[in-house]
Amino acid sequence: MAKSITKEFTKGLWEEIAPFRLVLGLCPVLGVTTTMQNGIGMGLATTFVLLCSNILVSALRNIIPSKVRIACFIIIIATFVTVVELLMQAFTYELFQKLGMFIPLIVVNCLVLGRAEAFAFKNNISLSIADGLGMGIGFTLSLGALGGIREIIGTGTFYGAQVFGPSFQPFSFMVQAPGAFVCLGLMLCIMNIFGKK
Amino acid sequence: MREMIKMIVVLTVLSSFSGGLLAAIRNGTKEQIVNQELKFVKGPAILKILDGASNDPVQDRFQLDDNGVERSFFVGIFDGNPDTITFETSSVGYGDKIGVMVGINVEQDKISSICVTTHKETPGLGAKAKDDPDFSGQFKGLDINKPVKVNNDGGNVNAISGATITSRAVCLATTDACKIYSRMKPQIKDKLKSFK
Repeated sequence: MAKSITKEFTKGLWEEIAPFRLVLGLCPVLGVTTTMQNGIGMGLATTFVLLCSNILVSALRNIIPSKVRIACFIIIIATFVTVVELLMQAFTYELFQKLGMFIPLIVVNCLVLGRAEAFAFKNNISLSIADGLGMGIGFTLSLGALGGIREIIGTGTFYGAQVFGPSFQPFSFMVQAPGAFVCLGLMLCIMNIFGKK
Repeated sequence: MREMIKMIVVLTVLSSFSGGLLAAIRNGTKEQIVNQELKFVKGPAILKILDGASNDPVQDRFQLDDNGVERSFFVGIFDGNPDTITFETSSVGYGDKIGVMVGINVEQDKISSICVTTHKETPGLGAKAKDDPDFSGQFKGLDINKPVKVNNDGGNVNAISGATITSRAVCLATTDACKIYSRMKPQIKDKLKSFK
């Protein structure tokens, strides 16, 4: 079966958009999306890890013995996660502080491991790059959208800027954990309605 | 057998490559991270402890060598008198190391206040050590010659409910700071003279 790069890239954006279609990697999706900025920051960090680990796993797929492949994936992923953590600490310290524990937790994000196992280990480098980028951008968009909605309703701001007048009473339930579940559920529902063929 | 050797070789090579890469990046970003911490974490904590000082405490600092460990002390000048210093100590909490900035009034030998700087405690529980002024406020005015303890351990600091380990760690770091201060008092006093 021939696979095209564009197809692999775009499937991550809609058809198989990770949090909504595959329902993968929900821990950060629910945890960090209290504001749009956090969501996008987390999404970009994950995209970086996803892309790098996909490239490396794909490049080494003929060398890695399949019996220890999961251990190798974890080493590769953990390395890049630590790289991201250090870089964020050095250059975007405020964001690093807000995301806190969730950065090291990218290691166990099943989306990253899932793509390494299900895709990069079986496909060549260019396809893996397309897959990693597509999935990562899809993930970033989902987190950004969810974060944006929760931020607007929960705190009355949009990417840090005030959107409503001072009389707006923020619905703070939305920025708490239960609000994340409700919001995600509603978004899943909408996605399913539109996605129906 | 050959397969086994291959597995071992691949894993070893991969791990050492990963270790090397991380060490390189760690070295490259070290200085930048220290600067960022000073700006975003330590700076605000120092200013909070030395609130109302007439100088800029982040700028007015001196280093002392404590048995091979370099420590930075930040000086607060109140009414023309450099009587409060603050420095950071740490101890292990529930998540990772907890950094605590401890301010000590040099003239009264009392803790002026403390502030948690870096931590990886659970949000909503241990993280309160940083955010809840009721907790950190309890340290104000404590005697530096007595170990600081939570009330479970016979001290008089009320632990944060659900976060005894964190509270203990903060107390431990504070006690540590007091010990360091007592040990280095002559040198500190000496250095402070230059700020008058």
